[in-house]
Amino acid sequence: MDWEPVIGLEIHTQLATKSKIFSGASTAYGAPPNTQACAVDLGLPGVLPVLNAAAVDMAIKFGLAIEARIAPVSVFARKNYFYPDLPKGYQISQYELPIVEHGRVVIELEDGEEKVIGVTRAHLEEDAGKSLHEDFHGMTGIDLNRAGTPLLEIVSEPDLRSAREAVAYMKKIHSLVRYLEISDGNMQEGSFRCDANVSVRPRGSKEFGTRTEIKNVNSFRFIERAINYEIERQIEILEAGGQVVQETRLYDAARNETRSMRSKEEAMDYRYFPDPDLLPLEVTAEHIERVRATLPELPDAKRHRFMEEYGLSAYDAGVLTASRELADYYEEVARLCGEAKLAANWVMGELSGFLNKENRDIADSPVSAAMLAGMLKRILDETISGKIAKEVFEAMWNGEGDADTVIEKRGLKQITDTGAIEAIIDEVISANPRQVEQYRAGKEKLIGFFVGQVMKATGGKANPAQVNALLKKKLAG
Amino acid sequence: MSLDRQDVERIAHLARLAIDEADVPGYARNLSDILALVEQMNAVDTSAVEPLAHPMEASQRLRPDEVTETDQRELFQGIAPAVENGLYLVPKVIE
Amino acid sequence: MHRLTIAEVAGALRRREFSSEELTRALLARIRELDPELNAVITATEEEAMAQAAEADRRLASGEGGPLTGVPILHKDIFCTRGVRTSCGSRMLDNFIAPYDATVVEKLAAAGAVMLGKTNMDEFAMGSSNETSFYGPVKNPWDTDRVPGGSSGGSAAAVAARLAPAATGTDTGGSIRQPAALTGITGLKPTYGRVSRWGMIAFASSLDQGGPMTRTAEDAAIMLGAMAGFDPRDSTSIDRPVPDYTAALDQPLDGLRIGLPREYFGDGLDNDVAACIEGALEVYKRMGARVSEISLPNTHLAVPAYYVVAPAECSSNLSRYDGVRFGYRCQDPRDLEDLYKRSRGEGFGAEVKRRIMIGTYALSAGYYDAYYLKAQKIRRLIRDDFMRAFEEVDVIMGPTSPTVAFRLGEKTDDPVSMYLSDIYTIAVNLAGLPGMSIPAGFAHGLPVGLQIIGNLFDEARLLNVAHKFQQETDWHQQVPGGFE
Repeated sequence: MDWEPVIGLEIHTQLATKSKIFSGASTAYGAPPNTQACAVDLGLPGVLPVLNAAAVDMAIKFGLAIEARIAPVSVFARKNYFYPDLPKGYQISQYELPIVEHGRVVIELEDGEEKVIGVTRAHLEEDAGKSLHEDFHGMTGIDLNRAGTPLLEIVSEPDLRSAREAVAYMKKIHSLVRYLEISDGNMQEGSFRCDANVSVRPRGSKEFGTRTEIKNVNSFRFIERAINYEIERQIEILEAGGQVVQETRLYDAARNETRSMRSKEEAMDYRYFPDPDLLPLEVTAEHIERVRATLPELPDAKRHRFMEEYGLSAYDAGVLTASRELADYYEEVARLCGEAKLAANWVMGELSGFLNKENRDIADSPVSAAMLAGMLKRILDETISGKIAKEVFEAMWNGEGDADTVIEKRGLKQITDTGAIEAIIDEVISANPRQVEQYRAGKEKLIGFFVGQVMKATGGKANPAQVNALLKKKLAG
Repeated sequence: MSLDRQDVERIAHLARLAIDEADVPGYARNLSDILALVEQMNAVDTSAVEPLAHPMEASQRLRPDEVTETDQRELFQGIAPAVENGLYLVPKVIE
Repeated sequence: MHRLTIAEVAGALRRREFSSEELTRALLARIRELDPELNAVITATEEEAMAQAAEADRRLASGEGGPLTGVPILHKDIFCTRGVRTSCGSRMLDNFIAPYDATVVEKLAAAGAVMLGKTNMDEFAMGSSNETSFYGPVKNPWDTDRVPGGSSGGSAAAVAARLAPAATGTDTGGSIRQPAALTGITGLKPTYGRVSRWGMIAFASSLDQGGPMTRTAEDAAIMLGAMAGFDPRDSTSIDRPVPDYTAALDQPLDGLRIGLPREYFGDGLDNDVAACIEGALEVYKRMGARVSEISLPNTHLAVPAYYVVAPAECSSNLSRYDGVRFGYRCQDPRDLEDLYKRSRGEGFGAEVKRRIMIGTYALSAGYYDAYYLKAQKIRRLIRDDFMRAFEEVDVIMGPTSPTVAFRLGEKTDDPVSMYLSDIYTIAVNLAGLPGMSIPAGFAHGLPVGLQIIGNLFDEARLLNVAHKFQQETDWHQQVPGGFE
């Protein structure tokens, strides 16, 4: 049978506020355990939550970016369950009335087609602490620094049909929250994690199959593998005549498999009810407009502008707008050197290659946008050739200074003096009579050989176009 | 609604309360009496009434995003039953 | 000295008739001497009290301070007090030294009040007789075989027995007004949101409200002035200026419209209690008030709705007591589940467990709509009843409690009959309104309370109405035998 996977994602993204969602404790990552857990975060008797305005603004920002409805009234509820990393015995989360509803994002498929993925809702909630299972005499240690960190939970419609689509959607949301500067999106630190609801059904069926939920995957690669594993597992079960059990599963990256989480098997009864410590959250139209005014240009708009303004292909524009930092870098280079196409080639080519090789972010590139633009200007004014530029780029990357310094120090300035080039051409012609004869007899592709010889003799510094023209003239003569 | 032994045990488990075997019938009786009292609500039709969660019906006030808390771990952990290396200790959690 | 009111103490301190240190020492001695009989105080904070008194005397000597400077008071043990055990009447918090002060504690300390100690209470404020306390029941000073009411029974008994001129209390379903009535003192539950709940250990968050317990309305006005006010740490506190509650105390009551809900005078009301209330109304009529009958038709639904809303909120509020970060932890837990269940099972008493279970049940899957949502709807009906009534009358009056103080143990085996003793007070909490109880006579030799209910934020009027009555009567000046 032909099976169709149906996938929905729940993405938890940590909001980049300075303080926690309901307390004035810091959200900075990496502090010694429990030093950033204040009385409210610890759920001590008598404490009360007060909502962080910045968390609300960030949720609204996200809602606007996905063209969603911002609820004029949303409500915080308590989700009750006992767990040691959940200090109050309940998590404050929006349940029936979330702040963001009915949004959409567009993902690009591999065939270049676009697909709209519905976002059911995005709601504000608090994060839990961490359980550390290293051995404390057979005990578990609890660190509540993360407890109370603001999260935006973004829930997609079950619109995704493959692990690839799921990854494309996840990357899109990741790029979006970073564009909006509402999250650092740091996956290692757990600022961006994902649960996937996966089911399969016979292609053409309207009904959904029984789904499983894969919990807490924090990398694009793992989510793709986990979903693929789960799809295959479910198909195998169904084809063998079995039934998929609705359950929560954990992805084990080391073994590349998902497995049932026994501790979550017990049917959960969260006893949601509106949190009586928090009044309904009202968002006025003026508030929404105030936030709208702070929205940056969003990835899709930027991509289209790059295509129009810089004449880039859809693919190139997509690559260059994948992150706000890369797009900003590119625009700076293009503006400074004045040649958008050339800038695009270098940013996507040499620069991205070096970044990837050293696994660095654009923000820590040793070659700044100004340095790269400076070098491109030297290509444009024919001080150096494109080939020499690669050497200059590497030298800049390794800290030898800007392009002019490198060119000067290494003597890479292009030879454009016609007389000097002609003298070298004459030497090459007289040293290779046989090839000259063949060329003149019609074997014109030997021109490459002659160019090579001239470039070799000049250490690559001769202007290739000039060499080509002069050679043709002399050889014809 | 009258609650039996199993109901009491299920609720006690949900609320993580250890209840002595011998006390279960007493709780079942008390809780059933309370529910009978509570169910007097059913005499009135409330289908057209909006729930009132809060007497004030005001809206949520927001707090500026500022770090106002300092590290008080020592003070807070001074009243904790079991801590080590700054962590609260609990019996091993099995995932 | 111990028989003086706050207003009288303040005058005497200012006139240097005695110092705050002398008064504080005398009251601490009185607590040591008389409290063993009453069990009203869980923790006496003698050293801290003497230090605060000395500081108050310094301020008074330099001409500083206000009406509470140097005045000794007691705090209900539900208010967190930094460095001092805050037990909430529970084994669960028997070892809990609060790391911070409640806003109410902070404000009263800033006003110069001297904390003598922490008063006994029903465990987590759940009870109407003060018999659910881990520290044992409180006795009513008028008859030590009887309960003082609850949950602020320790505060009520202490003020009635002249152990302190005033105490703080909290009121979720009547916990200030009912014990005030049963011990013959003055108690005020303010409008929800008027007094900050920060540091006040939560029972039912949408109902809990702190307030003063004093001997006179004038003292209640002074206390409330210091306790009330917006608190940025409590999202439900109301940002609204605090009036000078003492300013309007003497306003004449000419033309005051008093509403008597006919539902508050039906079956179950003790005849002698009813007679006291009628006597009180005669006093008001003489002062020019107009009395008319009104109806609060959903009154009979208040107790049923309350016993869903309050337990539901409490079941969640009390989940934090899990033996992990503070409070009671059972011996040698086998595993995590055992840690939770035994810490909570051993740390909480029977009434708290009952309410947690009722609330857990009411919120659980499949029952939410039938119980919790239904109760929230009834809550609106009850509030709307009051709102309609206040279009016609200025205040609503009736009995605070259907009976006088009952005997210790009389209702402990029957939670429902205990719950019904709050039948006249509970609706006020559901509606968020301010309510007072003031002494209005004696029935069967025991005090009777008159309840005065006001519109939202109408505390000044309640205090005025109560004060004028106290100018005409001396019920509030009666002292229980043995505590003169």
